[in-house]
Amino acid sequence: MKEILPDLKKWQKAGRRIAVARVVDVDGSGPRLPGAAMAVNEDGEVTGSVSGGCVEGAVVMEALDIIDSRDRRMVTFGYSDDEAFAVGLTCGGTIHLFIEPLDW
Amino acid sequence: MTDSDETPIFDRLDAAIAVEAPVALATITEGPGVGAKLLFQPGEPVVGTLGDPDLDRVVTRDIEGELASGRTGVRHYGVHGEANETAVAIFIESFAPPPQMLIFGAVDFTAALARVGKVLGYRVTVCDAREVFATRARFPMADELVVDWPNRLLDQVGGGLGARDVVCVLTHDPKFDVPAITSALETGVGYIGVMGSRRTHDDRTKRLVEAGVTPEGLARLRSPIGLDLGARTPEETAISIVAEIIALRTGRTAPALKDTEGPIHR
Repeated sequence: MKEILPDLKKWQKAGRRIAVARVVDVDGSGPRLPGAAMAVNEDGEVTGSVSGGCVEGAVVMEALDIIDSRDRRMVTFGYSDDEAFAVGLTCGGTIHLFIEPLDW
Repeated sequence: MTDSDETPIFDRLDAAIAVEAPVALATITEGPGVGAKLLFQPGEPVVGTLGDPDLDRVVTRDIEGELASGRTGVRHYGVHGEANETAVAIFIESFAPPPQMLIFGAVDFTAALARVGKVLGYRVTVCDAREVFATRARFPMADELVVDWPNRLLDQVGGGLGARDVVCVLTHDPKFDVPAITSALETGVGYIGVMGSRRTHDDRTKRLVEAGVTPEGLARLRSPIGLDLGARTPEETAISIVAEIIALRTGRTAPALKDTEGPIHR
């Protein structure tokens, strides 16, 4: 989360609503370790990353939903044979993200 | 989790990180009270609550250990902090101060290595006893610039160096190298790389042995510094040095992935 702090503060100052997604757990082969973070503001601007670019698009959609609903939840991305067309990680791992509004 | 625009925990976290103070954040990610937070800073009262005094107490105890070892991950508890229960999942994120990169010698390669060190998140110190070379104008990217003998700097800061920290000796002048290396070997620093040609390396090894460095001490040195990438420019050399630092930390031998098998992220 460290590296996205400057952008978070800039957005906060500009009065933007923000959602932060943090990698809390990784199963198998995952490109980023727990603690990796990205954030999205209500305008759809993005900072940081939680994978090698595999799931960031889907995270933006979840984050925008969370900005609206003020909900907070765990979201898991991974690949399995059953959901070959679902959003997954090309490296074959599974990442567990916690996404929440920056209201704390 | 307030309705106002205030973000007291985030502000405290940001302030601690800004001054490179160790700090850790606990967040309930699953179970009752999802999103509740507790911020821990050594020697300071905790900020926030996880919603239960017993849970706060147990997590505060655990978070201190997690922060001390720089671990980030999920731990499970009962709703009142019971061990061996899983009603509550808590993500503990440790923000350890950045690792240190000490670069000895204000030479051409130093600026490139200092830049790459910054990219990798190191707190970079450039140290050289020669005032004309160790100037702010040449090394604007360094966090600290020290005009002194490297061994004297190590006398001051060496005790705080650990496995995550690195020392890069780029002086390739025996007058500076030998005392810098013998001092670095007395610290717990994780990586000691020493620049020089094969001939410089052989000559320096002889001098180090004369100075009383043991075979174990010599084996700890990465000399000549860097991986064999065929690097020529200061920037390429900097990449070969940090690549070696990463490989040493992960215990890999650094062949091409094309020539190896198995998962990339282990």
